Amino acid sequence: MATATTAHPTGHHGAGSHTVTLRVWRGDAGGGEFQSYQVLAQEGEVVLDVVHRLQATQAMDLAVRWNCKAGKCGSCSAEVNGRPRLMCMSRMDTFKPDETITIAPLRTFPSIKDLVTDVSYNFEKAKQVPAFKPKPREADGTYRMFQEDIDRVQEFHKCIECFLCQNVCHVIRDHPENQRAFAGPRFFVRLAALEMHPLDTNNRLDLIRQQAGLGLCNITKCCTEVCPEHIHITDNAIIPLKERVVSEFYDPVAWVLRQMTGRNGKK
Amino acid sequence: MPASERYEFHEYDVVVVGAGGAGLRAAIEASALGARTALVCKSLLGKAHTVMAEGGIAAAMGNVYAEDNWRVHFRDTMRGGKMLNHWRMAQIHAQESPDRVLELEEWGALFDRTKDGRILQRDFGGHKYARLAHVGDRTGLEMIRTLQQHAVHKGIDVFMECTIQTLIKDGDHIAGAFGYWRESGKFILFRAPAVILASGGIGKAYRITSNSWEYTGDGMTMAYRAGADLIDMEMVQFHPTGMVWPPSVRGILVTEGVRGDGGTLRNSDGKRFMFGYVPAFFRAETAETETEADAWYQDKKQNRRTPDLLPRDEVARAINAEVKAGRGSPHGGVFLDIATRRDPEYIRRRLPSMYHQFKELADVDITREPMEVGPTCHYIMGGVRVEADTTQSTVPGLFAAGEVAAGLHGANRLGGNSLSDLLVFGRRAGKYAAEYARSHPGGLSVDEGQIEAAIKAMLVPFEGRGDENPYTLHAALEDGMQALVGIIRTESELIQATDLIASLHDRLGRVSVRGNRQFNPGWHMALEMDTLLTVSEAIARSARERKESRGGHTRDDYPATESAWGKVNVISRLAASGEMTIAQAPLPEPPPELRAILEEKG
Repeated sequence: MATATTAHPTGHHGAGSHTVTLRVWRGDAGGGEFQSYQVLAQEGEVVLDVVHRLQATQAMDLAVRWNCKAGKCGSCSAEVNGRPRLMCMSRMDTFKPDETITIAPLRTFPSIKDLVTDVSYNFEKAKQVPAFKPKPREADGTYRMFQEDIDRVQEFHKCIECFLCQNVCHVIRDHPENQRAFAGPRFFVRLAALEMHPLDTNNRLDLIRQQAGLGLCNITKCCTEVCPEHIHITDNAIIPLKERVVSEFYDPVAWVLRQMTGRNGKK
Repeated sequence: MPASERYEFHEYDVVVVGAGGAGLRAAIEASALGARTALVCKSLLGKAHTVMAEGGIAAAMGNVYAEDNWRVHFRDTMRGGKMLNHWRMAQIHAQESPDRVLELEEWGALFDRTKDGRILQRDFGGHKYARLAHVGDRTGLEMIRTLQQHAVHKGIDVFMECTIQTLIKDGDHIAGAFGYWRESGKFILFRAPAVILASGGIGKAYRITSNSWEYTGDGMTMAYRAGADLIDMEMVQFHPTGMVWPPSVRGILVTEGVRGDGGTLRNSDGKRFMFGYVPAFFRAETAETETEADAWYQDKKQNRRTPDLLPRDEVARAINAEVKAGRGSPHGGVFLDIATRRDPEYIRRRLPSMYHQFKELADVDITREPMEVGPTCHYIMGGVRVEADTTQSTVPGLFAAGEVAAGLHGANRLGGNSLSDLLVFGRRAGKYAAEYARSHPGGLSVDEGQIEAAIKAMLVPFEGRGDENPYTLHAALEDGMQALVGIIRTESELIQATDLIASLHDRLGRVSVRGNRQFNPGWHMALEMDTLLTVSEAIARSARERKESRGGHTRDDYPATESAWGKVNVISRLAASGEMTIAQAPLPEPPPELRAILEEKG
């Protein structure tokens, strides 16, 4: 193809390239430390590009997760200069040319190796979410839903499961003992998506109050701030769920109405 | 120490390799039929390539155009594939995809809606009617998450970050699969009568690609080594619109939905150049003027389709030619303009990921300026040869679905036909693998010699036989395939490519990796180079064999499409000597009633 050459993982100095200092946490569950490297960065690159070049040229066994490199899969989460973010969406030109870039693994999850952490907590919590249970199809074999009724649930479905919100949530970041009975912001988003799904018939409010530990969240919005998909986690998912729990379990008028109408209060 | 003490052991009825759309759908089906099912994937669950699919799922539901039906979809698919498709796969796919989409909805997926509350369908290249069920431009995310959550709730055993490296055979039959945990580097054996490959494609053989690190041809290589036929390996799809600037994002996909929703391609003169690249094969159904093309978006009965939405092979070649002729954009692509054609609110609503991606990574506001785009390696139509109805390969007990399998897409895949392929043939793979396992219970023996050989081969990079770096070899392969086996091919370059692949293979024997087996990407890269070299050899040699131009395969030295070549598949097969042999096999002919559909005008 008659096209320009591209960034080369083992590449040479070219226009717009400069050397940066990376401090990368190297180690495993037994411990570790930050190591400094001098790595080439080229015009238009993101932190993940530079980490890949480091891997290809100096640190072949540097463990790092990544997949799409376009902010769509949520694999390359890390703490870059103390800020939890996706490495593939962190542009090098947002740092000063002589700034040292420190890359640490997500702190809330146990270390496996280097930038890779054990995120199995999230997959365990996913198993505990009661399944989607749809109402029957229409007579013609389809479902009818209107765009305005699904807009808010589609916002929740944008979640790429990068687990940055789980990582910054202080309920578990500073208190690992809370993990047992706390689902975390990602799963509040998932629970909200199910609860607000126009077709769903399951009731999860008791789980949300108890095993999922919604009450532990005191809406500091740390999760919302780090969400790369800009999902309004606190305002659109967590607070409405809290309101539903209150009306289900603590509102005497609603309770009496439910007894009279026989409705379980959902939707 | 004997091999049996060096690996962990699991026994299942069905082992599914890969957890993208096809693997998840296969596992769900096999499990629902009562098969003990393992789902094994290289990444974390939910990160497979399906998550990156943007535009939609092609299914002739007729929600937007009541005239649409499976026959029209079948015809579009076959013509888009330059008639090299397996007709029966194209028929099954067109007939079953609407049910598969409705099933996703029943499992919780929320597609964008029509005004009357049904699933909205979008225009895409090569499809006569608006046919793609979608969620903005993040349809793959919706699909994989829906399938993932459904599979989790069904209690399917998932082995995450676990790479399958070798298939195990008992005589002629599949007996299991062997690989390693990425985290610990420890070995793992699955004994099972049925294995489903759903492991995706080969994109990491090319420098400019929309594919992730996982696309290293593992499934095709394992199938080939187990004795299965690969077909159509020369048919590689270069998606016309990848990002070209900045270099870091070169190759990242720009959805065809941009053109489906009204965007148009322009060269440096501002000209809509696609009007000059309409091949005779599509002339009768393509608009001749800009007025007609623009009117087509609203009224498909009075107007013909815009040439911006010709099948991908046509558009990629046209862009390549414009750039070569010096009419490209500043960074070696062409312009894709939706800013002057649709209002900003519409663009942000229909294409939120594209808006975000260009804004964040390229400082381009697509509601105000054109994008720069160029071809990027996106998909391989070739792969494991399968029986159309059951997805079984030529090896008993080995099934394949999704990109790793071949046949459905012929010489060129239409956009949107991949996600539907995953669902339709993923389900069938699960069904027929479960049935196969039921009729072949137990009694399989796993030969320790095969395991011992696999372990030995996998540990070579730790033996310090030389000082080759696996990343350097990978870069050399990517550059070589890009330059020599790209969009436009020629005999001398294909010979150079096979020589390069052979020399890289030699050098791979001298690779050394540092560190231990615990989550060691250098080691993983060395093992993946082995599979990448195998599929690259199959691509280069099949490309040399096919002396014509068709679909994703364009020969500078054989520019014509030859009817004789339209009747054969090129096969890559492992010979007893251990060498790769290239052969030809006749393409199955459609029955008269389907042939009549294909011969209809317009």
